[in-house]
Amino acid sequence: MTMTPPAPVGLLAELTHRCPLGCPYCSNPLALEGREGELATGEWKRVFSEAAALGVLQVHLSGGEPLSRRDLTEIVRHCASLGLYTNLITSGIGMNASLVKALAEAGLDHVQLSIQDADAASADKIAGYAGAFAKKQEVAALVTAEGFPLTVNAVIHRANAARAGAMLDLAVALGARRVEIAHVQYYGWAVANRGQLMPDRAAAAAAVAEVEQKKRELAGIIVVDHVIPDYHARLPKACMGGWGRRTLNITPTGKGLPCHAAETLKHLTFWNVRDASLSDIWYQSPGFNAYRGTAWMNETCRSCERRDIDHGGCRCQALALAGDAAATDPVCHKSPDHARLADILAAETQTEPAPYHYRRVAARGSA
Amino acid sequence: MTGALQATSRPRLPRGVRLKHDKVRGEWLLLAPERVIKTNGVARAVLERCTGELTLRDIIAGLVRDFEAPEARIEADVRALLMSLAEKRLLDF
Ligand code: SF4
Ligand code: SF4
Repeated sequence: MTMTPPAPVGLLAELTHRCPLGCPYCSNPLALEGREGELATGEWKRVFSEAAALGVLQVHLSGGEPLSRRDLTEIVRHCASLGLYTNLITSGIGMNASLVKALAEAGLDHVQLSIQDADAASADKIAGYAGAFAKKQEVAALVTAEGFPLTVNAVIHRANAARAGAMLDLAVALGARRVEIAHVQYYGWAVANRGQLMPDRAAAAAAVAEVEQKKRELAGIIVVDHVIPDYHARLPKACMGGWGRRTLNITPTGKGLPCHAAETLKHLTFWNVRDASLSDIWYQSPGFNAYRGTAWMNETCRSCERRDIDHGGCRCQALALAGDAAATDPVCHKSPDHARLADILAAETQTEPAPYHYRRVAARGSA
Repeated sequence: MTGALQATSRPRLPRGVRLKHDKVRGEWLLLAPERVIKTNGVARAVLERCTGELTLRDIIAGLVRDFEAPEARIEADVRALLMSLAEKRLLDF
């Protein structure tokens, strides 16, 4: 039985892979695209026009660092003219007062600013960029002075888990109404840095408890969206709200993906906006249809009462950890591979961490 | 959010939170940071009045007139909706 999937609600536009920072947990693929292959301004505009017609309501302008694109303001203006809700996801590097004004005038709705830590020296070390911490303070001040609503994004890992609560306080101090605080998810560069990033069980549990406690204390002041660590959980997340159900992702070179990590599923074919309409990518492409519905599921998930809640978890994680993209996500306690997570956790957190493999353009392992 | 919602409060949707008619799905939605919230007819009528100009008292009076419903019920509904949005930082007053 095939059912027509619902229209997509969100589109994540990875406008570029270029980025001045080198965060070791970046979810971008190890093989980063250069500027040459990026979609041109006109191609992005067509993508956003098609997205609006398809039913997309919110676009997330991301990267890499979207400010690396000279045409960002023009892209925002185009999206705004289509009635799309525009969300800029930025590291802040490259922002300045006149650009903030120009983005406001173009109709940008919301800004999401990443922070690396609450401690300046540690934050700059994680980002691999001297002065990043100070620059972000400046950018937050410019953004809030302009009247933009601000969300702060923070990623928790081994080097900053002890300051999870302090990062929430920093988000309040920066003037954010909302903070997304998430434990590292192991895709892209984070896999290459797993040993450097993974906190031990006690540190992760302490950070989770601290964030939950502060979330209650800060109610009405800041909204805390908290993503708990996968490797410590018993039930998987509904990855992306289900494969091809809510959102789609366009890479810098125009590939349409159900999620930013989906290219790790090498057996699937993903179509490119240069060759196909967004509507065909969403409704017809084999990559999007591969894990819709429940027919692809194994018996464990298909017979489970949670199958329409978590959709069997994350396909990329199933492939990475169980060797089969259609397997039950090993985060699930019903997965035969669930026990291996504990082994990975124990093995990765025993030793002193090695130096980071910073996310850099040709850099696989070349730190 | 600063304290309780008073009859003289002037609720307003902050920048980055807006109502939109979605032609594809044929419904009115409240768009907010990383959120899309469905609205029914009454909620939409409330939110359209949250411009920062009208007081809570004015808003309720207008709805009582337009929906021909008892004031106590309208007031309870309006307060519940506005407080739940304010807790999520999606409404200022
Ligand atoms: S068995 Fe499958 S559907 Fe059930 S909870 Fe686990 S991952 Fe989800
Ligand atoms: S299931 Fe895979 S494709 Fe989906 S979000 Fe997770 S990592 Fe991405």
